[in-house]
Amino acid sequence: MEEKIKKIKSQIAEQLKSIKDKNSLEDVRIKFLGKKGEVTELLKEFKDLPKEEKPKFGKALNELKNEIENSIKERETKLKAEEISKKLEEEKIDVTLPSKKIIRGSKHPLTRVIEEIEDLFVSMGYDVCSGPELETDEFCFERLNLPKGHPARDMQDTFYITTEYLLRTQTSAVQAHTMMDNKEKGPIREIVPGKTYRREDDATHSHQFNQVEGLVVDKDISFADLKGTLEIFMKHMLGPNTELRFRPSYFPFTEPSYEVDVSCFKCGGKGCNLCKHTGWIELLGAGIVHPNVLRMNGYDPDVYSGFAFGTGLDRLAMFKYEITDIRLLYSNDVRFLEQFDRKDI
Amino acid sequence: MILSTNFLKSYLDLKDIDFDDEANIIKLADQMTLLGNEYDSAGKLINATNLVIGEVKECEMHPDSDHLHVCKVNIGDGKIEQIVCGAPNVRKGLKVIVALPGAKLPEIEIKKSVIRGVESNGMLCSLLELGIDKKFLSPKDYEGIHELDEAAVPGEDPIKYMKLDDGVIDFDLTANRGDLLSVLGMAYEVGALLNKKVKPIDLKHKESNVDFSKNFKVKVDTENCKIYLAKRVDNVVIKESPQEIKEKLIACGIRPINNVVDISNYVMMETGQPLHFFDADKLNGTILVRMAKENEKLTTLDSNERVLSEEDIVITDGKKPIALAGVMGGLDTEITEETKSVVIESAIFDNVHIRKTSNKILRSEASNRFEKGIDPNRTYMAIERACKLLEEYAEGSVEKGMCCFDNADKDDKKIDITVANICNILGIVIPEKEIINVFKRLGFEAEVSGKDKKGDINNFFNKSLQLTDGENCKKYEKEQDDILTVTVPSRRIDISIKEDLIEEVGRIYGVDKIKGRVIELPIKRGHFDQTSREIRNKMIDLGLDETLTYSLMNPEETKRFTLYDERESIGVLSPITEERSFLRQTLVSSLYKTYEYNKARQNKDISIFELAKSFYKVDENYFEENKLAGLMTGRYFTGLNEVKVDFYVIKGVVEEILEFLGYANRYSFITDKKLPKDMHPGKTALISVNNETVGFIGEVIPTLSNDEVLVFEINLDKLLAKQVGKMKYKEISKFPTVEKDIALLVDKEVLAGDIQKTIKSSGGKLLLSSRVFDLYDGKGIAEGKKSIAFRLTLGSDKETLTDEQINEEISKIVTSLEKKFNCELRG
Repeated sequence: MEEKIKKIKSQIAEQLKSIKDKNSLEDVRIKFLGKKGEVTELLKEFKDLPKEEKPKFGKALNELKNEIENSIKERETKLKAEEISKKLEEEKIDVTLPSKKIIRGSKHPLTRVIEEIEDLFVSMGYDVCSGPELETDEFCFERLNLPKGHPARDMQDTFYITTEYLLRTQTSAVQAHTMMDNKEKGPIREIVPGKTYRREDDATHSHQFNQVEGLVVDKDISFADLKGTLEIFMKHMLGPNTELRFRPSYFPFTEPSYEVDVSCFKCGGKGCNLCKHTGWIELLGAGIVHPNVLRMNGYDPDVYSGFAFGTGLDRLAMFKYEITDIRLLYSNDVRFLEQFDRKDI
Repeated sequence: MILSTNFLKSYLDLKDIDFDDEANIIKLADQMTLLGNEYDSAGKLINATNLVIGEVKECEMHPDSDHLHVCKVNIGDGKIEQIVCGAPNVRKGLKVIVALPGAKLPEIEIKKSVIRGVESNGMLCSLLELGIDKKFLSPKDYEGIHELDEAAVPGEDPIKYMKLDDGVIDFDLTANRGDLLSVLGMAYEVGALLNKKVKPIDLKHKESNVDFSKNFKVKVDTENCKIYLAKRVDNVVIKESPQEIKEKLIACGIRPINNVVDISNYVMMETGQPLHFFDADKLNGTILVRMAKENEKLTTLDSNERVLSEEDIVITDGKKPIALAGVMGGLDTEITEETKSVVIESAIFDNVHIRKTSNKILRSEASNRFEKGIDPNRTYMAIERACKLLEEYAEGSVEKGMCCFDNADKDDKKIDITVANICNILGIVIPEKEIINVFKRLGFEAEVSGKDKKGDINNFFNKSLQLTDGENCKKYEKEQDDILTVTVPSRRIDISIKEDLIEEVGRIYGVDKIKGRVIELPIKRGHFDQTSREIRNKMIDLGLDETLTYSLMNPEETKRFTLYDERESIGVLSPITEERSFLRQTLVSSLYKTYEYNKARQNKDISIFELAKSFYKVDENYFEENKLAGLMTGRYFTGLNEVKVDFYVIKGVVEEILEFLGYANRYSFITDKKLPKDMHPGKTALISVNNETVGFIGEVIPTLSNDEVLVFEINLDKLLAKQVGKMKYKEISKFPTVEKDIALLVDKEVLAGDIQKTIKSSGGKLLLSSRVFDLYDGKGIAEGKKSIAFRLTLGSDKETLTDEQINEEISKIVTSLEKKFNCELRG
């Protein structure tokens, strides 16, 4: 019996070593531990052993059985691991092949500038308002102190639809709407970005373009407030070193009126092609709201004062993204659009 | 308005500024810019250097040319230079303009040279070569070299000799400053800038014994002429104007013609008042100003016959028109070489009418001035000035008396203002003394006329005073503010209210001295339309590029993709081109154009969208709508297994937007109604939310495009008007759900959506959702049929469903489906 145990031990070690797959492992298990397996046979033999020999071999047989079971289990785990790693090896892919990618959308540079301005002014308590593009003469001109026949109407070539209806030439048209709609006639702080139209079309003018208008109406609003506000606005858009220059000008809806130049951000004011060697770039129109405009739209100019400003968004977008031709903004060539497909810095 | 510095010097002592130095001309222009008067260009009238007067001492034919001459020219200081000249009029004894080697002329630089073997040390010049525009010159001035008169001294500066040493600033003035359209107005402005007094204008002239007012009648029969003055000057001699008048006109951009015509222009430039001269002998003793009759005719001095309308103001001889007021004279009464006597008209016509008429006929220096407004005191000044100059330069004899119609307000304006008014608006404390000084510089009178009875000096002023120390301000520490009465001369037609005066103070005091301040207003967050922005971001996330297209298109394009027959496109009255003449009715038409543009540039994968407005009218009612539209063609997924856009891709995009906005389970795609134009009838649907059409989706009809182009459009005004419930948490069921598949054999025409609707309506509470997961009409399926498979998800938040419950639910659904679609359950 002792002999047999020894023999089985060495046999099992040998056989397990050469096993390559699960099936042959099962064969080994059956060969030793199956119903007719060698170990099972030994156990049968053990039953027939004389009583005095039983303790001696009982323990050894038990150990043998456990040992075989463990060895097989161990081998099985190892085989499984080999199998998985083989499978993973086979599944290897070329990670440098192209991804399955959804096309990427892009945000128009003009929208980017509008959103930047909106965010700035919203943080300063301004509401972002809008109004019709198909406007009436009354709101686009008359309520802004531009009666019919006023010489300043020359400044703006208008697309008229009828004698009464027109395509708005300026976002200022919304000023009158806001003032008229404000039933309490209380303070106003608004900006109005939007499309505007003028009867001109050349390399520097598009018949359709975009403006942003700002309006503040409150008690004790002065030119100094306007100046301070535009300084914040322009430094935010063009950089902290930007300087502003106010030149008296004329707009019918403001008095006093100013044109506002910014120091050239390309050359820093030294003079270059962009600023036509003046060091300044004309960028905004602004002024103190004309008392007639306040009065006509229901505000008492003895109680309220206000300021308004406006600027062309197309140019701001062109400056910001170094776009050289205004027509590119409206070309919608996807090779242009798709350059604006990531977050701004 | 072009300002000549020589002209300006007639009215302002500017001896301390050297305008020969171009830098000083530019400096003045820059200073004026900061006063609000922009300029387009500034510089010297003649941009040429190294010029001297020469005298041709010898003039021989060039040995090797049939038109060149070899000249010996005395250039002063006893120096003689040999110069080859090709001008036909070069001859011995002529005084000429010599450009010496090193001279820079507008077009060329002069160097020593050898011309066909002969040395030439300079060039003899015409005025054209000095840069004077051809329109100011007579043919003899540019066909040959310029001939200086006998008195010219060799070696001296020819530009100074010809009085062409002038500086010119071309101002781009604002519409309100009509007063600056005159040298006098400019003199007041520059005077305020440099703190100088304007010299008086010389109006003195003799008068004959003939009383014009007794022999002539002026009548005005229209509201549109406020003032009309006429005087007569006899025995004028028509000749060339003296050089100083010609030069100033040229500098101002006006072509000299003869002394009489030049004087009318000269006086207009001086005073801003346009004049018209009639040949007195061609008038019949009467002038009647009235509105033209419809279709009345007048031949204007450019020999065109004009057909007039009731909107035009005309000057008549009592019967027929003789001039178109403020715009152009008549041919019959114009000044000619034979004119002996002149009737001068100095008048003001209504700006709106002049504008309309001049837009039709000719916009001129005169019409521009009428449009911007004229001081009626200048009307008197100009007529006297013209008389004076006709006496001086045309040997005219001025008749006494003037025919006069005057209904104009000529008084200076008086405006009351307080120091606080000014300081509160400008946001800076300016001492009263300084304010009064500013008004003085402008030529206004300002005097303290009382105390502000209200006694409440406004906030800014008060606050600033408390903050500021220093002597200037202490004197304002009083309860009541001084009222200043400011007398504004009538020439400043732009000033009528307090705010105008505030601007003047700011201008002259210096805007740059006012510091910006951070506005003090209550803190709040502004409101803005986040929805548009979120829709835009969502579209971009879905892979579409945002576009910015034009609202105006050609009329045919605006009608594309429209749905409603009763709607019409809106056209503009005077388009620039046909291509931009009508407003689009759909955004899809703009996106389609964008697609075509890109296709022509080999851009194949195009997925674009726009948030914008479209427009239409019904009868004479105008509407604009906010819309979202998209267009997709080419690839949607790229890579090895690329996916091209088809109906279901764009449908996914639309569903994504609708569900993002909160309309899940409230939208459907409808095909049984009228569909938009230019769309594939089998691949197009209306988008319906809450059973109202809010847009459409589908493929562009293949007859329009070879590509598969998918589009959609949603009316955001309509869509967003439909309220969406609050987003809130709903309990998640603790019990498992069960999935059951059913496959149906139905007629091909049956819509999946309709089946789904029936599943939904026949299923009870236990049916959580259903979706199509397979569609098959291949082998084994009878002709005209299709197999469509749905996966139903069932569950309850109260219990785990039993097989019985599940089967009951499924059979309920299947029974309804069989009834409704006559279908057969497969498998």
